[in-house]
This record gives sequence, structure tokens and C-alpha cells, in this order.
Amino acid sequence: MNHDAYPDDYIRAILNSVKSIAMVGASPLNVRPSYFAFKYLAQRSYDMIPVNPGHVGKELLGKPFVASLSDIDRPIDMIDIFRNSSHIMPVVEEALTLDPLPKVIWMQLGARDDAAALKAESVGIKVVMNRCPKIEYGRLSSEISWMGVNSRTLSSKRAPAPTQGMRLSLNRMSVGGGDTAASDRAAKNKSEQS
Amino acid sequence: MSDRLPGFSTLAVHAGAQPDPTTGARATPIYQTTSFVFNDADHAASLFGLQAFGNIYTRIGNPTNAVLEERVAALEGGTAALAVASGHAAQVVVLQQLLQPGDEFIAARKLYGGSINQFTHAFKSFGWNVVWADPDDIASFERAVTPRTKAIFIESIANPAGSITDIEAISTVARKAGVPLIVDNTLASPYLIRPIDHGADIVVHSLTKFLGGHGNSIGGIIVDAGTFDWSTGGKYPMLSEPRPEYHGIRLQETFGNFAFAIACRVLGLRDLGPALSPFNAFMILTGIETLPLRMQKHCDNAKAVAEFLAGHPAVAAVNYAGLASDKYNQLARKYAPKGAGAVFTFSLKGGYDAGVSLVSKLQLFSHLANVGDTRSLVIHPASTTHSQLDDAAKVKSGAGPDVVRLSIGIEDKEDLIADLEQALGA
Repeated sequence: MNHDAYPDDYIRAILNSVKSIAMVGASPLNVRPSYFAFKYLAQRSYDMIPVNPGHVGKELLGKPFVASLSDIDRPIDMIDIFRNSSHIMPVVEEALTLDPLPKVIWMQLGARDDAAALKAESVGIKVVMNRCPKIEYGRLSSEISWMGVNSRTLSSKRAPAPTQGMRLSLNRMSVGGGDTAASDRAAKNKSEQS
Repeated sequence: MSDRLPGFSTLAVHAGAQPDPTTGARATPIYQTTSFVFNDADHAASLFGLQAFGNIYTRIGNPTNAVLEERVAALEGGTAALAVASGHAAQVVVLQQLLQPGDEFIAARKLYGGSINQFTHAFKSFGWNVVWADPDDIASFERAVTPRTKAIFIESIANPAGSITDIEAISTVARKAGVPLIVDNTLASPYLIRPIDHGADIVVHSLTKFLGGHGNSIGGIIVDAGTFDWSTGGKYPMLSEPRPEYHGIRLQETFGNFAFAIACRVLGLRDLGPALSPFNAFMILTGIETLPLRMQKHCDNAKAVAEFLAGHPAVAAVNYAGLASDKYNQLARKYAPKGAGAVFTFSLKGGYDAGVSLVSKLQLFSHLANVGDTRSLVIHPASTTHSQLDDAAKVKSGAGPDVVRLSIGIEDKEDLIADLEQALGA
């Protein structure tokens, strides 16, 4: 997979197929991006599991925290990692010990570890880096258009008004896919410099 | 579903708009309402805390305006946009995110006269210090960079003389200085020039001009290219630092490559207040649907009129980058191959008096202070749009006393030429 620019079909297929998502680094603080994403994805009917050893015994929006991926009692379709790039590899290594393996490993905005990605992809796991599933879900459904964001999708179909707890259709026509050409170039330059 | 890129005209009609979820209305409805109900207390809290996508209050966002925002973002190749009440409001909101009191920004000397005034006087009272540079001398931008420089501001096609700015060269200076390049793309519109493709980090427009295109609605817009990294060095605290306005959210960390547009909305528009009326957004959206058709006609007419004037014995000089003899023609061929815009100046051998006489005799051209209308417009910048400048600054900005500015409309070019001919000849 070219991790500098993901086709919309790749992201769409992931978000349409996964049901359970373990969020590593989920924060109970309601101004942290992980809290935003956790809450949004839960409202869009994903089975969310917060993973954070610092908060075991507490709940995040009614879901009990677990200390690590291996403490989860059911198969996980996707692992969403809210950690800096330098902390990705141990999480991926732990994920690779799970049975069954997760189908997707997703690294949040700003996080990228190409070696960890290669390792996961070598056993058939799909990898997304430096993206946010909340933003991508909002983009492909065009719900994010409320914020003036370029969803880079078009549709001449009438969609139902989005309400809480509802899954939205992500099957709109793509405009080029990936991110915008200019922002993709900027991200690539940045990752090459670091 | 393959990821293919629709053309510009398709985006001009479709981007951002889809049938209304409630009624099925195909044209974008005018959501003429101040406020939007919340589903429950948690939904309200999520919206106020920026955790959910949705509408609160039209000063912060409105569904009609959102269609306009996404459409212009798509046409410019940006990640997001924010519509505001005017082009001037766009400039205030952009710089509020970038400058603290005592900071500087570098601006091209050739700008719309209203922008020169805003930068020189209004912004000075905020402690934002403009440093002027010459867009024809790229090194003058490099020399102007100091540790307090926070942005560079240029026009793609510069008012009033329609000169073309070397966006790529200046973007190189901005990148070296570690500051964003802001490009006012009003006179080109994204149909002629897409500054983000040439290194712009932020694009602003007066929507009042070619994008709206019909001279009926004031509006402005800010487009985020998603290209600038705001996180380095604490230089842009509105984006990189925890914001007390939102209980400690860091906008870049949360919103990634559209964080600047969000900052403009939630820190700029929310707190400064220059919201665009949804009715104006609707009028401008309707205009944008025909932008590619109009803009080509504007340019084709402008070239014909400029050629006519260049051959007229009463005319001393024509400044139109679309003419092969013009000093900006090479840059026009590079940046605006479809046409060099429709706003340009010329000077008359008879000087100031001849200019006044010409304006009074024209029958089709309207004498007024706007550009980018379907109608052809004429003005004498030295006594109007650029009148607050001193004589030396007028000449430097291309608005000397003998200069007349035209904005060529989409009428039949033969009629425009005939009108100029009678006004010049009699």
C-alpha cells in the first residue's frame, strides 16, 4: 500500500467492514482527540474498546477500560493507535500475537511507522497511517461538510439526515481519492525530512 | 468505484451540494435561520466542544454557507474553507490566527487599495505590522524577512493593473522563512489560477468579484491548503497550543490538515463575528455554477478590448498581461494560460482630464468601485479605490493619475469596443 495517498476505496472498505475497534491510548479527557474519535465512532455503532493501562477499573462512555490488547475478551477487527510514532512498534508487535489477528491497524493523525506497517502488512493486515477514522468516516459520508471541509466526494442522491447512533452511507463518488494533492505532497515531504 | 478526478466544471456545479436530506430539494436551500436545535444536552455539549459535526448558530456555521465553503475548497484544491462576510473580513480572520501584537507580515506592494489601507492603518492598531515588498523583485521579499515575520501576502493577479505575480518564487521564500504564503486569488478565480498548485498555503477571495460574478452580493472566503505544519516551534499558538477558548484543545493535533480552517471558524469567525448571510451564500453559489463559462468569456473579451486600446491613437499605454508585448506576458503564459483575467489598466495621452472625459462619455461601461461583474466597469483608481494613498504610493501600486481601470464583462465584445471607440473619439 502506498501510505502517502490512500484511495478512497481502501478506506471505505475498511470503515464499511470492521465492527469492533480497540482504541489504544484512549483518553477519558474530553478535549483529547482520542476522546472525540472514540465518542464519534461509538455513536456510529462501532463496538468500541478503550485500551489504556492508566485507567483500568474506569469506563469511557460506558465501556470498561482494558490494560492491553491481550486483555480483550473478543476478536478485534481494528486497532486504532493513539500514540506517537515512536510508540507504535510495541503495539503492533502485541497485535501480531492476537488470535485471531486484527484485520486492520490504524495509526492516528501525526503517527507513522513504516517498519511497523510493513510488519503488519506481511501477515495480511491492512494498515492506515496518519489519518483519523472519525475524519475519514465524516468525509466519506460528507457529514464533515458541515464544517466547511472538502469531503472530496460528490453525490446526486438524497441521503437521510444524519442522526445520532446511525450508520451513514459511505458510498459517494470519489473526487480523486486520498487527500488533496497539495496536502499529500506536504505530508510526504514532512515524513521524508523526519 | 474508482477514484477519478472530475473536471473543474463538474466541481463548480456539484461540489459540496447534494439534494436536501429532508425535502429532496435539488438546488441548495437558503437556511435562513439563526440557530439549530440540539437533539439533547449531550449533543449540544458535543457540538460546542467541537466533538461532533453539526450546526449551532449561523455566526459559526450554516448549511448553505457550508456548501459554498466545500465548493470553493474543491475548486481551489484545498482541504477546507470558511466563508465570511467580505474579502476584508477574510483577511482579518486569517491574520488573527497567525499574528500576535508586535508581529510582522510581508505584503506585496501591488494590492487592492482597500487592502493597502487595511494593512497600513487598521492592522497597525492591532499591533500587526505590514512590511512592503515589490512583487517584481523577489529578493525584496527575502530581505524583508525577520524573526517576527509570520506570513507573506500576495495577489495572484494584482489589482489594479492586472499584473501577474510569480507565486512559485515567492512560495520558495515563504518556505525558507518557515511562514505560510497567503494568496488573494480574487482577480484570477480558481478557473484561471489555482495558487495551491504553485505553493500557496492559504487562499483568500473576495467572493463579491468573479466567483459570485453578478455584482449582487458581498462575501469572502478563506481556503486552507492543508500544507503548512503549524506545530513547530510554538510560532503559531492559535493552532499548536492548548486553547483556553475550548478547554485546552490543540487544533492542529485534533484537526490535522484542515486545522487552519477550523481555527478561522472557531477562534476567528466565532469571536470576531463577520458571518456571511446564507442568502448571500446562495447567490454566490449560483454564480459559481457558471464560473468556468463566464471567466473564459471575461478573458476573451478583455483580450479583444486590450488589443483594440493598444492600437488606438489616444491611448498612451495598456497594461494587460494577456498582450504579447506586456512585461507580465511570460508569467501569464505560465500561471494563467486560459486567460490573463479581465481587470486591467490603461493610460491616455490626454492624462487625467482625458480619463475623466472618457468615463463620462461611456454608455455601456458603468462607473463604479467594483470588479468582476457580468457588466463592464470603469473607474479612475487615483481618485477612488487608491485615493487614500500618497502620489508616490499610487504610482508604485499602478494607480497613477493618468490611469483608468477596466473590468471587462460578458457582453458582446463588439459592443464594448464600439462604446470605447465613441468615448475616445469624440
